[in-house]
Amino acid sequence: MKPEEIERMRDEALAAFAAADSLDALQEAKVAHTGGTSPLALANREIGALPPQAKAAAGKLVGQARGAVNKALAGRQAELEEERDARVLVEEAVDVTLPYDRVPAGARHPLTTLSERIEDVFVAMGYEVAEGPQVEAEWFNFDALNIGPDHPARGEADTFFVQGPEGGTESGVVLRTHTSPVQIRSLLSRELPVYVICPGVVYRTDELDATHTPVFRQVELLAVDEGLTMADLKGTMDHMVQALFGEGMKTRLRPNFFPFTEPSAEMDMVCYVCRGESVGNPDRPCRTCSSEGWIELGGCGMVNPKVLKACGVDPEKYSGFAFGFGIERMLMFRHNVEDMRDMVEGDVRFTRPFGMEI
Amino acid sequence: MRVPLSWLREYVDLPATETGRDVQAKLISAGLEVETVEQLGDGLKGPLVVGQVLTIEELEGFKKPIRFCTVDVGTANGTGEPQEIVCGARNFAVGDKVVVVLPGAELPGGFAIAARKTYGKTSHGMICSSDELGMGDDGTKGIIVLPPETEVGKDAIELLELVDEVLDIAVTANRGDCLSIRGVARETAIAYGLPLRDPALLDVPGPNAYGYPVQVSDPFGCDRFTARTVSGLSPEARSPIWLKRRLQKVGMRPISLAVDITNYVMMELGQPLHAYDRGLVQGTIGVRRAGEGEEIVTLDGAKRKLHSEDLVITDDRGPIGLAGVMGGANTEIADHEEGEGTTDVVIEAAHFDAVSIARTARRHKLSSEASRRFERGVDPAAAAAAAQRTVDLLVLLAGGTADAGVTEIAAPSAPHTITVPADHPDKVAGVEYGRETVVRRLQQVGCDVYGQDELIVTVPSWRPDLTEVNDLAEEVIRLEGYENLPSTLPKPPSGRGLTHRQRLHRRVGRALAGAGYVEAPNYPFIGEQVFDQLLLEADDPARRVVKLTNPLNDEEPALRTTLLPGLLGALRRNDGRGSHDLALFETGLVFLPRAEQKVAAALPVDRRPTDEEIAELNAALPEQPRHVAAVLAGAREQAGWWGKGRPADWADATEAARAVAREAGVELIVRGGQYGPWHPGRCAELVVVADGAEKVVGHAGELHPRVVKAFGLPARTCAMELDLDALEAVGDDTPQAPTISTFPVATQDVALVVDKFVPHADVETALREGAGELLEGIRLFDVYENAEQLGDGKKSLAYALRFRAGDRTLTVDEASAARDAAVALAGERTGAVLRG
Repeated sequence: MKPEEIERMRDEALAAFAAADSLDALQEAKVAHTGGTSPLALANREIGALPPQAKAAAGKLVGQARGAVNKALAGRQAELEEERDARVLVEEAVDVTLPYDRVPAGARHPLTTLSERIEDVFVAMGYEVAEGPQVEAEWFNFDALNIGPDHPARGEADTFFVQGPEGGTESGVVLRTHTSPVQIRSLLSRELPVYVICPGVVYRTDELDATHTPVFRQVELLAVDEGLTMADLKGTMDHMVQALFGEGMKTRLRPNFFPFTEPSAEMDMVCYVCRGESVGNPDRPCRTCSSEGWIELGGCGMVNPKVLKACGVDPEKYSGFAFGFGIERMLMFRHNVEDMRDMVEGDVRFTRPFGMEI
Repeated sequence: MRVPLSWLREYVDLPATETGRDVQAKLISAGLEVETVEQLGDGLKGPLVVGQVLTIEELEGFKKPIRFCTVDVGTANGTGEPQEIVCGARNFAVGDKVVVVLPGAELPGGFAIAARKTYGKTSHGMICSSDELGMGDDGTKGIIVLPPETEVGKDAIELLELVDEVLDIAVTANRGDCLSIRGVARETAIAYGLPLRDPALLDVPGPNAYGYPVQVSDPFGCDRFTARTVSGLSPEARSPIWLKRRLQKVGMRPISLAVDITNYVMMELGQPLHAYDRGLVQGTIGVRRAGEGEEIVTLDGAKRKLHSEDLVITDDRGPIGLAGVMGGANTEIADHEEGEGTTDVVIEAAHFDAVSIARTARRHKLSSEASRRFERGVDPAAAAAAAQRTVDLLVLLAGGTADAGVTEIAAPSAPHTITVPADHPDKVAGVEYGRETVVRRLQQVGCDVYGQDELIVTVPSWRPDLTEVNDLAEEVIRLEGYENLPSTLPKPPSGRGLTHRQRLHRRVGRALAGAGYVEAPNYPFIGEQVFDQLLLEADDPARRVVKLTNPLNDEEPALRTTLLPGLLGALRRNDGRGSHDLALFETGLVFLPRAEQKVAAALPVDRRPTDEEIAELNAALPEQPRHVAAVLAGAREQAGWWGKGRPADWADATEAARAVAREAGVELIVRGGQYGPWHPGRCAELVVVADGAEKVVGHAGELHPRVVKAFGLPARTCAMELDLDALEAVGDDTPQAPTISTFPVATQDVALVVDKFVPHADVETALREGAGELLEGIRLFDVYENAEQLGDGKKSLAYALRFRAGDRTLTVDEASAARDAAVALAGERTGAVLRG
């Protein structure tokens, strides 16, 4: 067995592997140069017939050659597989920009999600969410709230009245004009102290137009405890607007009148867009607050002691504060809704962009 | 209440530099809602002068009559020559004094005046109407004709007080006192820390026996009645310009001198007044409640049937006025220009019970300037001064003579006092004001204050709204500035978070939105014809509705008992706007009348109602359960590069119901049913088991083609509706964790042939029960109908059964035995046969 012969076999094999340009060709070359009938295999078999003193040298010679061949084969195999993979994976490439709107996403109505967002701010503070009927007894909607039968505010409430028995006009029942009756229900049904947030649908006899809707949503807050003050009311509102509109937000109170609170106030929040910088600054007009610097939120005040009395709460011992505001209005300025009708018509093009939470 | 700044300045010496905007800011911070500040004469630039019409030439041949006039404007035009002006109005004559705007001037709204050719002439300016000058209604609707004594050439901007600022204040229901210049002036004075010149501080002669006879029979309804008389009024006397202008600025229309004066004094002092033509009043003036069947024709010409609670002013004939609301036509002051004119008047300045006036105004749907004030509170102590002021103006402007007689009837009354701890405002505000500040602020609003720690506060007659300790606290806090309140946070006790019902409501919304549904809340108003459109049976309980007495739309007087009408309306609206592939949902209340409707009582408010009383009130309300509904039309899955789309069908509707039930933790039974709006062959009845009894909680499926047609919906619209509260009641909020076996699964598929109308649900139930506890899961993976292979009226249901044990690997024999048991029970119950 001549070393040159073995080396030639080895070199031929290496050349054949190198020349193989596909996995199939490599397979052929593999069979030809490493298979049972390949020259190196035959040479290996011949070793057994050699005289003992020659066996070791021949074994080493053939073994080394076979080792080199196998290594080259594995190397080439890896190379070709890599080439194949690269090619195939490129062929399998897709246009990942294709859409997949097979079942378009749904959405919850932004009035719902905004209301929940507000509820959550207060639930996190320890408040509970209270609810009440939308068709409500006048006593809850008016009388208990210090809006007696002859109170001017009762006439101004734009109330829907429910027909009485046999179609009569007297039922003592109305579509609630505000969420405030839930204050009364909460005070009657809960143990003191009471801290509740009351979201809900309310009704007024306004025709639907760009800024009015007869069916709308309010959120009402009521806190009745020992020693509550107007400063607590203001702090609570400041907290709410910070939670909803960001750090540095604040509210402002302006005196007003509501029968169920005394003292009463109108509540404004600083404009969250311009933060008041548009006031007297014609170069920086603000659409959101009409360059007023403040946005009107709703009404609030200290619970009128008469209301506490009607609920059996001792006004000498307890005091409370309440405030309420419209969700539609907040949605309008928070999300630049320009027309109230967009919020009530159920157009999917309006609602979809709001998704599941806001 | 509209308040001209010029008028306000008469009673408060505001700094000259103070603008309407400045005053607005101060008043807002003191608690008056000044909504706008109107800039009268904004952009107005002279020359605007008084002229006298010298000649009028009627121009012929134009579509409308046109006049070519020469007007003497004195030297205001620089030449002294008559000014040539073309004018289209006709309500003036040669010799009349008019307002002329000359070239170079500018009228409000940026209307620049220049000499211009028109109707074949050159017009050097305009003769002005009140509209063009932005003056408001003067009742003429034409050229302003000035009193003859007006001086020619005089500046009309000053004469007509055209430049002014008017604060428009939305007065809250408690502040009747601010429905007057006097009241707003008082607030302004306090806000600026300036003294008030109270226009009600007049020398008033005391009552005597010679006044006009008045008999008040109802001292509760009328606790004060002042009557004064003025004689010899000149029928020719007209309201001077300043008087008319002030009325116009506060938003009233000048009518005649006597009426204008009473209106003026009402605006000034807040005391409604009435002037009767003395010649038409017969005998004693009385105040009493109306008798049944009595009638009155009020000044607005309406004949009104009186109610026995209506307070009326009477003479010997009967009612001559609806007290505190509106006078009667039978004693109306005659307009000077129309007839003889009134020469003698009786002036009424009275004080009426607010509640009585409010009820009468509401009963007769008649809200007047007078009733608005009485309802909100009028200063009873100002009546005599107001009568005096009226008399003074009648004497001054109408040349009348004040009669010596003064009638004044007053029910005895004590001023209202409130005892309040001096630190009460501090406790309400959360601020330490201190006693001194509290006393000073209360005194500022007109209270008399005595005492140290306990203050005894006598409230002023013009503030009847101050009745409770918190009213006084509010006065202190608002004058100290709401803006100065600190910001603190109370410490509520720990809350329990949302209730099960509240969480379920949210979860259902999220689940449906996650499944591709878009929430669409709708109004609950419906018309009852909608039940016919929904094909409800005549005796369907859903036809019983709560109705409104004053619906916005007479076509929709009722409240919904189902969410479908509103939601289908939203679907149709979207479809009409070009969105055709739709899946919408709504959660909301429906309103179900009780079997017997009761009237909700008016409970007292001076104590807590008893539990029985509360229960009775609640029983007078309809039931208001929360429903959830979903509707679908068009494609549920869109076609796209991935392949074909899939139209929405009945199965999407039942799946929506199942999705809701899953959120509620309720095992929902879905079975074939028939109900009005749904396709009779494609309607699922949705059932829960509550307390061992089945309860139908809704329906789902494809809508009946006639419903689709009646609502104008896309073909094959599908829908589901569920009573969410009923689901909540039976739901399990705490799902239990299953035991997870890690032994291998043994899968067995079976295809069963059954009669076509055997429900899958029955077959599956039988398979489940038959398979026993080794069954881990079962899934229907194919439904197949083929008459040739299966026979007529048959179908094949193919199920994949998954078996697994918790403690061992199942053998094939064990799994097969369980499968065979399942198939056997299905065969027994439903006639199912293994497909060969």
